[in-house]
Amino acid sequence: MKSKNPPEEPAHEDNFLESSRRDFLKHSGLLTAIAFTPSPLVKAAKSGLDEKIADLYEKVPVSLEVNGVKHQLSIEPRVTLLDLLREQLELTGTKKGCDHGQCGACTVHVDGHRVNSCLTLGVLVSGKKITTIEGLAKGDQLHPMQEAFIKHDGFQCGYCTPGQIMSAVACIREGHANSEHEIREYMSGNICRCGAYPNIVNAIQEVKEGGQPV
Amino acid sequence: MESKIKVKDPELGPSRVDGRLKVTGAAKYSAEYSVKGVTYGVLVGSTIAKGTITSLDTRAAERAPGVLAVITYQNCPEIPGYHTPDQPAKGPLKIFLDNKIYFNGQPIALVVAETFERALFAGSLVKAQFNKDDHQTDLKNNLQNGIAKGKDYVRGQEDAYKTAPVKVEQEYLLPTEVHNPMELHAIIARWDADNKLTIWDKTQGVKSTQRNIANAFKIPTENVQVNAPFVGGAFGAALRTWPHEIAAVAAAKLVKRPVKLVLSRADMFTSVGYRPLTWQKIGIGATSDGKLVGITHEATGQTSVYEDFTEGVVNISQLMYASPNVNTKYKVVSLNVNTPTPMRGPGEATGAWALESALDELSYALNIDPIELRLRNHADTDPLSGKPYSSKFLKEAYQLGADRIGWSERRQQPGTLVKDGRLVGYGMGAGMFGAYRSNATVTARLQADGILVLQTAVTDIGPGTGTAMAAIGAEVMGVPVEKVKIFLGDSSLPPSPTQGGSQVTSTVGAAVFDACTELKTKFKALDGGANSNDYVKLLNANKLPQLEVTTVSKGGAEMGNYAAYSWSVHFIQVLVNPVTGVVKVNKSVSVADAGHIVSPKTAASQIKGGAIMGIGMALMEEALIDHRYGRLINNNFGDYHVPVQADIPQVEALFVNKPDPYLNPMGAKGMGEIATIGVAPAVVNAIYNATGKRIRELPVTPDKLI
Repeated sequence: MKSKNPPEEPAHEDNFLESSRRDFLKHSGLLTAIAFTPSPLVKAAKSGLDEKIADLYEKVPVSLEVNGVKHQLSIEPRVTLLDLLREQLELTGTKKGCDHGQCGACTVHVDGHRVNSCLTLGVLVSGKKITTIEGLAKGDQLHPMQEAFIKHDGFQCGYCTPGQIMSAVACIREGHANSEHEIREYMSGNICRCGAYPNIVNAIQEVKEGGQPV
Repeated sequence: MESKIKVKDPELGPSRVDGRLKVTGAAKYSAEYSVKGVTYGVLVGSTIAKGTITSLDTRAAERAPGVLAVITYQNCPEIPGYHTPDQPAKGPLKIFLDNKIYFNGQPIALVVAETFERALFAGSLVKAQFNKDDHQTDLKNNLQNGIAKGKDYVRGQEDAYKTAPVKVEQEYLLPTEVHNPMELHAIIARWDADNKLTIWDKTQGVKSTQRNIANAFKIPTENVQVNAPFVGGAFGAALRTWPHEIAAVAAAKLVKRPVKLVLSRADMFTSVGYRPLTWQKIGIGATSDGKLVGITHEATGQTSVYEDFTEGVVNISQLMYASPNVNTKYKVVSLNVNTPTPMRGPGEATGAWALESALDELSYALNIDPIELRLRNHADTDPLSGKPYSSKFLKEAYQLGADRIGWSERRQQPGTLVKDGRLVGYGMGAGMFGAYRSNATVTARLQADGILVLQTAVTDIGPGTGTAMAAIGAEVMGVPVEKVKIFLGDSSLPPSPTQGGSQVTSTVGAAVFDACTELKTKFKALDGGANSNDYVKLLNANKLPQLEVTTVSKGGAEMGNYAAYSWSVHFIQVLVNPVTGVVKVNKSVSVADAGHIVSPKTAASQIKGGAIMGIGMALMEEALIDHRYGRLINNNFGDYHVPVQADIPQVEALFVNKPDPYLNPMGAKGMGEIATIGVAPAVVNAIYNATGKRIRELPVTPDKLI
């Protein structure tokens, strides 16, 4: 497929990148209002003011609800939901295993559906409800899937576990946990290198058969 | 001998002590600590496999928004440990030392920025030009350049198999396998003063990391605080202190801010080792009634040009069976690749793939059942040292596994058992690994609130070390396991070994046993010798807030009289689609002779996990290099396949569960390695039994069967 606006030649790119920030600031109306001469502009850059101004232009307002808590945020459009959770909201229960949607460690629920948060931009979930592993238990009372994972030893190192559990809950909700075979198919997007697969299947089956609401 | 630790119900046993933290997302791994003022690092790798950097333009990256520094060989703060007079000719990669390139992907720059996104983008702006030399990355084309490592081993007569009435002589190839733990290697480095440092690091050994970082930066060891309370898997990949860890510490020095460096999944393929591509040749011969005459085992593995990596690939042929004549040779070839590192069952897993395949081939040549062939060559004493075994229940393991898998259903004639259009095959493979015990120190403290605290520096990378410690401590002290609190993965705690080599339960478990025994004796003295378990009452009566001991524990001299090994046998049933060549592992039964099992639930999981890793080794794992560029072409989970749910059946783990009388008070032997050693040949042998096709180059992908 041809791009409508072909990218600039790499040779130009270098120049563009070297000067882009300053040029951007120089041409910015807001900056003109703040800084009337080029000299304060340099000072502004040194004092980090350019960062603040850039923030205004380069960031996008986002409002989302994570585990029942509403957040009004201003984020760069390239920030993934995964990095937003881990690096900005300090919700590190959601794990980074590949950053390419190939391992499932970053699985969260967006409006009740499981998604790979590493393949989801933060700006695309504005207005949506996110549930992470930290939001699954009700206070001290663990979710039945969390209890079952402990009972059946559905993990070893524990790193893929939050993603497995979020996927497992969704797997039952989707109606894809009706047999061992079906569970295996619908849980194959979550890699466990320690090899807890049989135990995970057993945990999911027990929750499914237990009939508790998930 | 009885174990001094009893296990109540092997089916149940205690659940993981850290289970709640792991299922709620509260367990914090190395990249997850909130460190004030933290900055983010991203590595940039070489795009050639051999040569020199002729120019490195970092200006665009440095001017990109939020970038604090771009660290290269031109501006990296001096790492004093790289310049001491005693530098060996070969050794670990010295990151950012000079402009030399040894492998594709070698880090040439570390970009540090205010956010991860900014560092990642700026990394794409680093422009390097190279003077490219001809590289060599293909082991198969360089076998003639192998350098012998270790002494050639000869027992009896060399190449005696050649004169045997029935013999097999074949070559076996194992591709490069990458550990790929789910947690990416990560470090947060913070300088607290000019000569004082705190790191949160993915490592299997906080003490060894502490020493290595202190040596690199020439600061006092005790000034390096290493934290690794949770490690998201490692399998050997975090045994060493890697160049990226040194780079992050150096970067934190340069930018005068804490630096967080999380490797990408692609970085994981070139930065933290792998199980090396290894060529092997086995000659094995027997009398017509199946008594081994001789085994000849040669192996050549790949290593880097800057460092020699060796492992015990051929050892298993010296040790496993009672063959009067054995000779082995081991070589390595230096290539333009990064250095390998031990991966679960290092050496032995590679060697067992060839030996157990060759033995299976021999069993068909003799028309003897593979289990029967092994029984006829069972070693009753250690063939290498002549010493008696401290314990060996391998025959019992064969029986347990054969019964469980339904071995009696197996047909000796390959390709004759068909079910629902699929070819059915059964295979088995055995494994062994040294059973060790080294030194460890444990602090045991009983508090007035009734909590038993156990502390030691060891890490728990997933096997359940903390859970086993709690089980042992609870048993010795006679307190419920829920009352035990474990602290580990912290360099300031009493010393214990690196998590690896299947020695931790034996070593640290024994130290917990010894410390708790000493603590109990102290309470007994308080009690006037009555030996009550009501410690809280005793503390209160004596107005004591707690009672604590710190105990150094090591094995006795009598261990030297015995050869100590853990043993395993793996049984596999496969279903092969004769049209598509797709192999489905339908049943997998692993039996471990790992002594007395102190933590049954976590032990079973460890054995199952090892079997699954072995299934991956047999059927899918293979890191591939495009030799034109010397570059990996499948450095991600989409292209480097590891087993997923749909690949794996209800894998079973069984234990002989008989104590070793000498190794430690629990009678426990290690099991981390034997869980994987022997699995891959069991799968391949099952495929032969199903199809009559003998595959000698892993992985067995469908194209090799049609």
